Amino acid sequence: MAIADLANPSRFLNLANRVIPWLGGLTVIVFALAISRAMNAPDDYQQGATVKIMYLHVPGAWLGMLGWGLMTVAALGTLVWRHPLADVTAKAAAPIGAAFTFMCLVTGSLWGRPMWGTYWVWDARLTSVLVLFLLYLGVIALWRTVEEPSRAARAAAILTLVGALDLPIIKFSVDWWNTLHQPASVLRLGAPTIDPSILIPLLISALAFTLLFAVLLLAAMRNEILRRRVRTLRLLQASTTS
Amino acid sequence: MNALSAMLARDLRVAVRVGGGALIGVLFFLVVVTLTPLALGPDLALLQRIGPAILWLAALLANLLALDRLFAADHEDGSLDLILTGRAPLELVVAVKGLAQWLTTGLPLVIATPPIGLFLNLDAKAEGTLVLTLLVGTPGLTFIGLIGAALAVTLRRGGLLVAVLVLPLTVPVLIFGVAAANAAVMGPVPFGTPFTILCALTLASLVVGPFAAAAALRQEME
Repeated sequence: MAIADLANPSRFLNLANRVIPWLGGLTVIVFALAISRAMNAPDDYQQGATVKIMYLHVPGAWLGMLGWGLMTVAALGTLVWRHPLADVTAKAAAPIGAAFTFMCLVTGSLWGRPMWGTYWVWDARLTSVLVLFLLYLGVIALWRTVEEPSRAARAAAILTLVGALDLPIIKFSVDWWNTLHQPASVLRLGAPTIDPSILIPLLISALAFTLLFAVLLLAAMRNEILRRRVRTLRLLQASTTS
Repeated sequence: MNALSAMLARDLRVAVRVGGGALIGVLFFLVVVTLTPLALGPDLALLQRIGPAILWLAALLANLLALDRLFAADHEDGSLDLILTGRAPLELVVAVKGLAQWLTTGLPLVIATPPIGLFLNLDAKAEGTLVLTLLVGTPGLTFIGLIGAALAVTLRRGGLLVAVLVLPLTVPVLIFGVAAANAAVMGPVPFGTPFTILCALTLASLVVGPFAAAAALRQEME
């Protein structure tokens, strides 16, 4: 099936209905694996057991940024190709991405307390992630303020594209500025600086959360399509009865 | 070009004649600066240290005040439809409206900064660099604000939404504006480093702002 076929919402619904149970099951299995590997991973020689917070914190950060990246692609789809599923994707991804960003901020804050001695510092990485979270909330507010879905989609798409300028700032904030947050240790030029005994559980955990993201996104898109159908039916009903 | 200069003259005239004109923003600026020492206590050394930050924040908020009427007023009296169907490129018209907006809200703030800075115990050097950073930074704030103003043009409760949408985008301008103002007084970074980044941010927003705002207006008025 080509991507173009999925432009038809009914076909997408069929596919989503078939894929969601399998993908959900796979997510549960990978999560079980990730939890067992994370529990058995060695403690850090300096940070002790608190290093396990990383298995939540890092996937949260990645997926928070991935969510906005996805919305950016969807925004192009909305503005350039007027793809009917693009605005559904963008709308469904916003709350999920916001939730993962929030998870990143909360776990990072709890991790910072024992390690840095404070819940929060105003350094570049933390500030730019907080700004990303605020941008997410702004986009969600915009979606909820404009009543008609297609107009809301185009307004949100423009805001998404402008907000995408924050993503490179987040990624490179630890390189451009001297921050308390540690520099990139996995996605960097050259080999990762994390020992494999911790890196592999981290990657499995990231995979588990990515699958969770995909399942939630598909389910949210399905709900959004159904919600729009209900809205259309209601409008139709109102116009015929009056 | 003629349509654009007519647009500029019209916007300036409307801004000066309606509702107190440019001075209302300066008045707001003055009120915010007056309230801050009342909240913090009249410690002159502390005020001198955080003065540039207070003035920058006040400028940011004053700039926000006028934004939600920028396109909404034109939308209500129908002139926005005329602009959209007119022959002048929408991006340029939006840029001209941004320029008029800056001339009537941003520039008066910059001019009012030296006397208001006296309330915060700023010395001559701090005042000078602050005026320079505001002069460079406020056009950036206005042109970023254009995007929010254009997005919220047809909304009923636009004002609050404009603030929520625009403020996160202005974070870099605020950071480097205050950093440059502080660097000149306290160091250790040379003034030029944050100041050139501030210039770059403003130049980038002069380009991105009109295009994004014009795109938003086209989408909303379809």
